[in-house]
Amino acid sequence: MMDLISNLHLGFSVAITPMNVMYAFIGCFLGTLIGVLPGIGPVATIAMLLPVTYVLPPVSALIMMAGLYYGAQYGGSTTSILVNLPGEPSSVVTCIDGYQMARKGRAGPALTAAAMGSFFAGSVGVLVLAAFATPLTELAFKFGPSEYFSLMVLGLIGAVLLATGSLLKAIAMILLGLLLGVVGTDINSGVERFSLNIAELADGIGFVVIAMGIFGYGEIIGNLGQSKDKREVFTSKVHGLFPTKKDFKDMTPAVLRGTVVGCMLGILPGGGALLAAFAAYAIEKKVAMRTDEVPFGQGNIRGVASPESANNAGAQTSFIPLLTLGIPTNAVMALMVGAMTIHNIQPGPQVITNNPELFWGLIVSMWIGNLMLVILNLPLIAIWIKMLTVPYHFLYPAIVLFCAIGVYSTNNNTFDIWMVGIFGFIGYLFIKLGCEPAPLLLGFILGPMMEENLRRALLIADGDWWRAFMMRPLSATLLILVALLLLIVMLPGIKKKRKEALTG
Amino acid sequence: MKIKSQKDFYSGVLFMVVGIGFAWGATRYEIGVGSNMGPGYFPFMLGVLIAALGVIITIKALIIKNEDGDKIGPWAWKPLAYILGANLAFGVLVGGLPSIRLPAAGLIAGIYILTLIASLASHAFKIRQAMILATILAVGSYLAFIVLLKLNISVWPAFITG
Repeated sequence: MMDLISNLHLGFSVAITPMNVMYAFIGCFLGTLIGVLPGIGPVATIAMLLPVTYVLPPVSALIMMAGLYYGAQYGGSTTSILVNLPGEPSSVVTCIDGYQMARKGRAGPALTAAAMGSFFAGSVGVLVLAAFATPLTELAFKFGPSEYFSLMVLGLIGAVLLATGSLLKAIAMILLGLLLGVVGTDINSGVERFSLNIAELADGIGFVVIAMGIFGYGEIIGNLGQSKDKREVFTSKVHGLFPTKKDFKDMTPAVLRGTVVGCMLGILPGGGALLAAFAAYAIEKKVAMRTDEVPFGQGNIRGVASPESANNAGAQTSFIPLLTLGIPTNAVMALMVGAMTIHNIQPGPQVITNNPELFWGLIVSMWIGNLMLVILNLPLIAIWIKMLTVPYHFLYPAIVLFCAIGVYSTNNNTFDIWMVGIFGFIGYLFIKLGCEPAPLLLGFILGPMMEENLRRALLIADGDWWRAFMMRPLSATLLILVALLLLIVMLPGIKKKRKEALTG
Repeated sequence: MKIKSQKDFYSGVLFMVVGIGFAWGATRYEIGVGSNMGPGYFPFMLGVLIAALGVIITIKALIIKNEDGDKIGPWAWKPLAYILGANLAFGVLVGGLPSIRLPAAGLIAGIYILTLIASLASHAFKIRQAMILATILAVGSYLAFIVLLKLNISVWPAFITG
């Protein structure tokens, strides 16, 4: 307990410098802005702004990126409520009741419920993160290559359980990502693999290039190819932000439930914000309804407060596996790994011991970021609503431009621009074929790490796979968990439920 | 045999081709054995796994019923060409093409051309609006990337700056 306080104190001393508060603010502001704008998700946002953070010191860069992440998350819930368009998957369920509230002229209370629920849940999430960090890190130091490999398998499989569409395709996308991660010089033998004798490919494919190509260009082309969507913005109807007394009575227990669900599911590999929001909504529907309440699906405030709290709590606690074990559990975390490596920080348990200022500074700045979101969003709601009305044909050329400048500035090499074009095409191909790209990015980030751990694990076990992974209790447990997860998802009943939940 | 799910069928085929391609490519490197993995070991394994998954996905797409056929639908060739074209043009203008001795035309020219070409992809294209947008983006990018972030990108054409 004393440790926790002194650690948080260290964190505050790092995070509350004017510079870092400013970067947290910029991150949250830009994140919300882009989260509100339609047609661009948090992955593309972070990838796009990543080159901007190269010039910053590492702590500030990570603080800004974390701000971008939950800013985008938050912006996503605003659009869910106002236009029935989830800015990103974790706010899909918020649409159900949030949009109905907006249609009934109660957009204000819905937005406030989302903001206050998110802030509360985020604060708890940060505390959980701080409390779990040290013990988990100690556990992580006991991990050998076998355990790491099994953990990564669990993380990757966990991450695709929620992929919409075919599970097999999602697993194939992971493997494809792992393969793309192999491209470049093999650190062990010095052999250049799959580099096609192109000098630039000897260093491997840049993850910014993949993220921007697939999540930026690919999505834009996909959006432009779709017939025009009709959006109804409830702009005139946002007056009276404050929820009524009855709203408070309804939403408070929902926020608490959502927070608990979010914190727990966020830690699980592959959990994160998305799973948390879905589970919280499902639980909320099961909780007995009072007679004077609006039914779910018709604008119940609990249906907004609970999933919003859960996805924010989950967003915080999904940093736990990344910061303590060095394993990203979703595409955004994969980008954070990329950002850390660019700043020469190898994510993993050693960060907390080698770089305590960075670690605790980042954690405290997350809380500050959450606070900022509330301060920023409620008064600025009018601006966000204005942003919503910006037509897409003004937005997407700007996104293309920022992607192009971003990739070029990474290495000042036009080769990266050609590559981002190629991945833009591949991204569009994936959209047409119904292959979800997020698992590919995760696999790409984990590829080299997995190969290295596999190599070491097999070396120790003298090439015997069974001995390497199943004769070690921890590793075996993790792999059995993987098998169980796969089995559960493939059961016909669950398969149907999963499909229903994902298609909403 | 009729294809029951077009999307799954073609993704399965794609995974097969890519998997076999990488596995075959990996055989050019030393595969080694488990206790001493060569550079080809991991990619070979992955390639084979992807190809195997591709086979299963393809077969499932042929067998399992799907009401609407899960069609791929028409390709958005126009947006595809314009977006990738805009990207290509930007690269050529900002970096130049040393192989044919084409000098760099700089960031500002690149922004105008990129914005114009990219805007053409939309139904709502109007030249005046696109020019205004390009101007806003040019001024904004100059301030943000060159003045504020001091990125090392040539702003003006080489024949002006020398």
